[in-house]
Amino acid sequence: MMILPSVAEIGPLVAFAAILCALMLGAAMLLTLWRIARGPSLPDRVVGLDLVALLAVSVIGLLALVHHEAAFLDAALALALVAFLSTIALARYAVQRPRSGSRPERPEEEQP
Amino acid sequence: MSITLSDVVVAFLLLSGGFFSLVAALGVVRLPDVFIRMHASTKAGTLGGGLIMAAVAVELWDAGVTARVIAIIAFLLLTAPIAAHIIGRAAYRIGVPLWEASVVDEWRGREDPAPPEELDTGPQRPTQPLPPPASGSVQG
Repeated sequence: MMILPSVAEIGPLVAFAAILCALMLGAAMLLTLWRIARGPSLPDRVVGLDLVALLAVSVIGLLALVHHEAAFLDAALALALVAFLSTIALARYAVQRPRSGSRPERPEEEQP
Repeated sequence: MSITLSDVVVAFLLLSGGFFSLVAALGVVRLPDVFIRMHASTKAGTLGGGLIMAAVAVELWDAGVTARVIAIIAFLLLTAPIAAHIIGRAAYRIGVPLWEASVVDEWRGREDPAPPEELDTGPQRPTQPLPPPASGSVQG
């Protein structure tokens, strides 16, 4: 319980559930980052970034619960708003970028 | 320290929220193409985030906190389908391949219902053809 600074304010059952929830959120974040690194296309990465932003909102909510600090929720609300706008912008970029198509991400440039 | 009923409710909401977030991430990793992956990302992910936010509202039990939690959940529920719709349309338009086992593709062979020219791309360039090169120019 040393990783919870304000553990006196939450009960032991809630602290246990919070630790398990943090572990699950961390695993979910790592899996989603693997999908962003893997691709294979730009919309796959946009979907992954959308889920990463949603998981970050969940992590901020978990921090607000553990610390009994309501101010974190404002950050979560702002992050949800910015994530939506960035998803819209990336989708428009995927359509309108030059030479779009289902080609491989990195064509062979070194071919003489 | 005794365990109250609200502790049990908060623990249940936290564990189920974390579980659904993990299910969403597993779906994004394991499902076969981008259109199917969006199902996991939007539905299970939104449910997981909403359950964790509900746990915050029950644990802090304050009117201002509850109002913010309701705002966050409503915003997630409003924006997730819009974002998924726009990503899916963009992915289809730029030609991301469907899963081989897909059984229906209602846009195949049709005109694009919203071709990219109809998007708002700001002021357009004049479409006049370029003037022919002047005689005597260095054209190689």
